Amino acid sequence: MSILVVAEHDNSELKVATRVAMAAASAIGGDADILVAGSGVDGVASQAAALPGVRTVKVADNPAYANQLPENISALVVEVAAGYTHVVTAHTTNGKNYLPRVAALLGVAMISDITAVDSEDTFQRPIYAGNAIATVKSSDAIKVVSVRGTAYDPVAAEGGSASIEACDIASDAGNSEFIGEEIAKSERPELTAAGVIISGGRGMQNGDNFVLLEGIADKLGAAIGASRAAVDAGFVPNDMQVGQTGKIVAPDLYVAVGISGAIQHLAGMKDSKVIVAINKDEDAPIFQVADYGLVADLFKALPEMEALL
Amino acid sequence: MKVLVPVKRVVDYNVKVRVKPDNTGVDLSNVKMSVNPFCEIAIEEAVRLKEAGVASEVVAVAVGPSACQEQLRTCLALGADRAVLIETDEEVQPLGIARALQALQAKENADLAIFGKQSIDGDNSQTGQMFAALTGMPQATFASELVIEDGKAQVVREIDGGLQTVKVDLPAVVTTDLRLNEPRYASLPNIMKAKKKPLDVTTPAELGVDVSPTVATLKVEPPSERAAGIKVETVEELVDKLKNEAKVIA
Repeated sequence: MSILVVAEHDNSELKVATRVAMAAASAIGGDADILVAGSGVDGVASQAAALPGVRTVKVADNPAYANQLPENISALVVEVAAGYTHVVTAHTTNGKNYLPRVAALLGVAMISDITAVDSEDTFQRPIYAGNAIATVKSSDAIKVVSVRGTAYDPVAAEGGSASIEACDIASDAGNSEFIGEEIAKSERPELTAAGVIISGGRGMQNGDNFVLLEGIADKLGAAIGASRAAVDAGFVPNDMQVGQTGKIVAPDLYVAVGISGAIQHLAGMKDSKVIVAINKDEDAPIFQVADYGLVADLFKALPEMEALL
Repeated sequence: MKVLVPVKRVVDYNVKVRVKPDNTGVDLSNVKMSVNPFCEIAIEEAVRLKEAGVASEVVAVAVGPSACQEQLRTCLALGADRAVLIETDEEVQPLGIARALQALQAKENADLAIFGKQSIDGDNSQTGQMFAALTGMPQATFASELVIEDGKAQVVREIDGGLQTVKVDLPAVVTTDLRLNEPRYASLPNIMKAKKKPLDVTTPAELGVDVSPTVATLKVEPPSERAAGIKVETVEELVDKLKNEAKVIA
């Protein structure tokens, strides 16, 4: 078996999601190569080559790949994928964008968002917002798979010494154009990589009150998340959303504040190691999954908690 | 400009699904079925484009069993001009659906196809992208804002770190995210009118496509349950437990 792992990066840094995809590749077994497609990606290629278990890093460095436009990336991946038994990447908004195109161009199914590898052709994946886990088996010649960011512990960042080779396939479909990006700048860790997350829901009442979470987040080195209700109410931007239609997270500690616990939210965080719920409604469903529940007014509890940390 | 809106019949958003005791799937007997919420947003966006004079015709299409006509009628009541059902009783998966839609597009020549970004049953997030690949169209997925101008679609996309803006040449595929719009409710007069709008039925065989799946579902199980923990009385107790019992904070 030979597996092509497509790297997730921002042209300067290899994302943790790639190391999770590598862990899934190891679970499948066989040789694993990493494809780094981007522009000015020497640094990313070296980081990829340092991952243990990688055979070769293939680098497609071309301005057409700078912004991961799916028309260009998918054409590249399809060419590089020839001869591999598996194409694996992270189930991020980027992976979700181009990987189905890759599968369709190869004429095979894609298996999205896997949480476990049972064998080379059999995988587990959540369906119905995680209310059921399906075990699925692909009969395609090439298995095209995206891996949930919480499925495996990431492989180590160092220890390997793969060879790096250039891949000079230039594919520019010319029918799409990158205009710009507004990436939220934050000193805090990314939601999907954070060890501790503190999230606010509708109970926060407005966006200004999220400052109450910030003090605690600063002390714990935590990322700040939100429920869909808080996003829909306009308290905070959507990239903070945790849940079925937002980010799937599994930190060591997840603190849900003023979040009732709709199944769509639980779908995004119930694999966290320790869950804390702070809510004034003692019947809130969030308490059914919380390891530690505190029935309290969050406007009193949060400042108290910050002072104790 | 013609807009094609593929929609999916799924279990209603509010239904808590249960896995069947024999682990062959989830129990869908006697549960409410609806238009997938993201597909509803797609219909709304297409109808708004028509109301703004940008689109001339909105065609809703579904691939699946005869019962999908119910959801297509809903789309007609929401403002679609006509509907097409590509009828099959076989299980259809994203690639098969994309192939059937590709064959339909060869006849319809739509300038824009708006899909929901994912269905709330399979949670795949594949069909729109696959259709785009098969038809050679560019795509703008997870859209929170769509503007059609000079033969192009400018789209603000919701990505992991924030927002991204791309411009794609028409014909193009757009998939909807939650904040693109808030779908309207169908009014009673419109529901009545929808009954008279055209709804054509064809089949994958008539379109000359093979929709047979290549992924077999071996079993479906309930997720491992998380047991409820304990209630603490004070913030002090909570912090103490986190430090000394769970040991997740220093």
